[in-house]
Amino acid sequence: MKKGKSALALVAVAAVLASSLVGCKSAPTTSSTAPASSSTPAPAAEGKVLNIWVWNNEFQSRFNDFFPEVKEVAKDLSTTTLKDGTIVKWTINANQGMNYQNKLDAALMSQESTEADKKIDIFLFEADYALKYVNSDFTLDVKKDIGLTDSDLANQYKYTQDITTSKSGALKGVSWQATPGLYVYRRSIAQSVLGTDDPDKVQEQLSTWDKFNSVAATMKDKGYKMLSGYDDSYRVFSNNVSAGWVNGTTVTVDPSIMKWVTQTKDFTDKGYNNKTTLWADGWTKDQQPGSKVFGVFYSTWGINFTLEGNSLAKSVSEGGSEVKGNGIYGDWAVCPGPQNWYWGGTWIAGCKGTDNKTLVKAVMKDLTCDQTIMTNITKKTQDYTNNKAAMDALANSDFKSDFLGGQNHIKLFAAAAPKIDMSKAGPYDQGCNESFQTAFHDYFNGTVTLDKAKANFTTDIKQKYPELTDVKWPA
Amino acid sequence: MSNNTEMPAEAVKSTHRLKMARLGCYIVLAILCFLCLFFFYMLIMNSSRSNFQIQGGFSFIFGHSFLINFRDLINDGSIPVVSGIINSLIVSAMSALLAVYFSSLTAFAIYAYDFRLKKFAFSLILLIMVMPTQVSALGFVQQMRAIGLGDSLIPLFLPAIASPVVIFFMKQYMDSTLPIDIIEAARIDGCNEFRTFNTIVMPIMKPAVAVQAIFSFVGAWNNFFVPALLLDSANKKTLPILVMQLRSADYLKFDMGKIYMFIMIAIIPIVIVYLLLSKYIVGGVTLGSVKG
Amino acid sequence: MKTPNAVPQAKKKRISYAKWGYIFLLPFTIVFIFFQLVPLVSTIYYSFFKYYRSGLQIIGPIFNGFTNYVDLFKSDMFRYFGNTILLWVIGFIPQILISLLLAAWFTNSRLNLHGLRFFKTVIYLPNLIMASAFAMLFFALFSDIGPVNGSLMNLGITHSQIRFLATVGGVRGLIAFMNFLMWFGNTTILLMAAILGIDPSLYEAAEIDGASSNQMFWSITIPLIKPIMAFVLITSLIGGLQMYDVPQVLTNGTGAPDNTSMTVLMFLNNNMYSKNFGTAGAISTVLFIICAILCLIIYRSMTKTDSMEEKAHKRRHA
Repeated sequence: MKKGKSALALVAVAAVLASSLVGCKSAPTTSSTAPASSSTPAPAAEGKVLNIWVWNNEFQSRFNDFFPEVKEVAKDLSTTTLKDGTIVKWTINANQGMNYQNKLDAALMSQESTEADKKIDIFLFEADYALKYVNSDFTLDVKKDIGLTDSDLANQYKYTQDITTSKSGALKGVSWQATPGLYVYRRSIAQSVLGTDDPDKVQEQLSTWDKFNSVAATMKDKGYKMLSGYDDSYRVFSNNVSAGWVNGTTVTVDPSIMKWVTQTKDFTDKGYNNKTTLWADGWTKDQQPGSKVFGVFYSTWGINFTLEGNSLAKSVSEGGSEVKGNGIYGDWAVCPGPQNWYWGGTWIAGCKGTDNKTLVKAVMKDLTCDQTIMTNITKKTQDYTNNKAAMDALANSDFKSDFLGGQNHIKLFAAAAPKIDMSKAGPYDQGCNESFQTAFHDYFNGTVTLDKAKANFTTDIKQKYPELTDVKWPA
Repeated sequence: MSNNTEMPAEAVKSTHRLKMARLGCYIVLAILCFLCLFFFYMLIMNSSRSNFQIQGGFSFIFGHSFLINFRDLINDGSIPVVSGIINSLIVSAMSALLAVYFSSLTAFAIYAYDFRLKKFAFSLILLIMVMPTQVSALGFVQQMRAIGLGDSLIPLFLPAIASPVVIFFMKQYMDSTLPIDIIEAARIDGCNEFRTFNTIVMPIMKPAVAVQAIFSFVGAWNNFFVPALLLDSANKKTLPILVMQLRSADYLKFDMGKIYMFIMIAIIPIVIVYLLLSKYIVGGVTLGSVKG
Repeated sequence: MKTPNAVPQAKKKRISYAKWGYIFLLPFTIVFIFFQLVPLVSTIYYSFFKYYRSGLQIIGPIFNGFTNYVDLFKSDMFRYFGNTILLWVIGFIPQILISLLLAAWFTNSRLNLHGLRFFKTVIYLPNLIMASAFAMLFFALFSDIGPVNGSLMNLGITHSQIRFLATVGGVRGLIAFMNFLMWFGNTTILLMAAILGIDPSLYEAAEIDGASSNQMFWSITIPLIKPIMAFVLITSLIGGLQMYDVPQVLTNGTGAPDNTSMTVLMFLNNNMYSKNFGTAGAISTVLFIICAILCLIIYRSMTKTDSMEEKAHKRRHA
């Protein structure tokens, strides 16, 4: 014991020296020699602390509300105590400016040399950078290491597993939610321009991009806009590419993404949109009473939470109620639109080095596989959960949304979710998507030519990822 | 200074001109004040409106959600507002204190003594002043973690002892206002150097100290970059980190009204500190001991 | 900066006091070496290496000589450098002029303005708002559907929305305006402190000699606050070259449109974001050298001419 301690002290000194010499280098090579001498916990004994790393409290509130083992939650929410006495410690780092990933990465790099109760046991990640962690050794194999079986996972939507399947075929993360997207439109505008507000009939006129574009022209003639701005249709196109962004060290721009450029430039120049960008105030205003915009691409959560609030003339917090007649509540409907797509999602991963494998398994099983719990989550929070059986049951019930004029939108989501294809996702998606949209906003605004926008994207992406060498554009 | 010794005879024309000049000054000042205060007005307006109203565009009218936003913020257990304010106060106050005292000391060393490394020391200070802080931040954080000060407030204020910008200002201020003869006089009186600095130099430096104390305090108060890299525990986080955490809340809880309310609350303590210290700036305390 | 004092009897004492110089420098030196020098040296050191992170994998460090610098000179860095200088200049010129004017007014006893306490207090207030919060407010104010566009259209000044945030001039103008608003109070306070530090007997003497406010301002105030002016200019230049949060939040980190508001530090941060320690180190080193040269020039030109005057001024107090 004593020897171990002094060895550790030596390592600490070495680490200070090393870091003072090399500064930024987090030294996995020096630390790997350390833990061998210190005590290794017996494999059967589970740790008393479960460390969970997240960037906001969404999962935390799901956990506290729905995980059956929860006994009590600390007043400041920083810990949750389980029935067997285990303490769940929440580490929240805001995502702003890559902060969450930076800190998580630093912690992961020193995971091996950290004492057992401070090791990360579970961490969460988002779709945009999922593959970075999925393809690393820091995430545990959900089946082999943690022990969930294929039958446990059978009810999850396939795409939610595709994205977290590593190159070698191991499933590295699971999610409690599925986030298929739809096109949400204004019934009154559909009625006056297309002569019907019935979702099936409207869908007929929007089922391909060509039809979608010609409806956009009709909208313009009648004084309406098809979309609010530039980014609305981006994810629909980028979810339907024929190959991933990066192959080897070459970035390949997919024809589907160039279709977004052509369509959006066309829409902008012809006045089919209001030139807004995602989440900008103008974009939000286009979903509020008085708007002349026909519709918006939204996924599960956007409809229930963002759009519903936006559509009220008098908000709930000020005493307004969610009924038809308050603003444009009830004047909406959903249809699948031209292509299948999804937006958002959060995954749970078990972290290498955890001393709470049994507990990690229980968390994953209860919060992502258990049909009763999943149905409960959907009923209480309106989150669309990642469980086919539960969602299909709701879809076939007489569930109705007043906000959508009495439509059962769960039915459409349940139909759309299985069709989502995530097999083209890659570790560079977030950077590529952001750079691409930024570069082409200038083109839509008319500040640069198409070629300059392409060149700007090329420069930007190489700067973000020094290992990428060139960019190939479709002919 | 303000005693008006009345000018005789030819005065009428010049008093008229003075009045016009004064009017001009007031107009310019009024415009500037409007610009400065307008943003506080915006902040208050936004903190009184609901998320959806804010996202739909700015309005000049006070909304109905002020108390609701306040209640939502205070009841949000994951955002420890009170400990955030206390942490920010500790870091900012310590930064300001250490920065002004030790920078004055360092500047005084260079100003008052002739020693061999003097020129080198001052050039070095000027040089590091030029280095962007972001550059060394990652190495800094790594080093702090290595010595066990990772999740601690100490590395947020201790480095303030070496604040080149403050040193440079103090040195420049001494150049223009601190007569070296005063120090020599103190020596003749048998005053030890350290006491001379504390009892004679520091009082003369009061206006400069007040100014730099405010600047350091404000800088530390609004600093996000390094604290965000260092702090993990909820009860150690400073206000800017908590504000950002609120901003990156998930869609279920994302609430601009609450965010603006928090930004407003985060400004109140610093406005109070500023108003307390500002009397040293606006009052003109400066002279006293220089005249000697 | 100061030549050794020539007064003979003082010389002996000086020597025995020199150790106090070292003692007083000690706290600074220790903290500086530990907290700043080490990270700084490693930054420069790594500018000669190929060293970045790809996902969770670390590539390097592999020594590659000046490759990072060569690549850097081939990149758009000088364009970003130009942006940075331009953004600084268009914000700094109004800032120093207004600040000088205000500092002069506030300290002018003849003008005898009322409500000075109030004005002096208010002008610094914008600096208390977090830059990111400030940018959020600007965003709302100048958006396509914001109140500025609304008012301009109501007044009939423009008929269609002005897209401030989509045009080069709009974004650059707003950045400069924000920097001006955030910092003019700060500069005014500095200049005021400098002016208040001037021995009032100089003004009294000049007043007796019948000097006008203008004359006193140009021949007493300006020369005597030169050291502080140098400070303001240099720190503002350094701050300007390190301009980051305002353009970062206002353009969402994109430097849009067409990278025309991308500053050197945003460029640097993009490299830190990709964890490219080699290139980031090279950018920092280049920035560091350029800053150092510029500051040296300014410092030299502002202190050289008046070191004699300064001496004379100090003598006068004896």
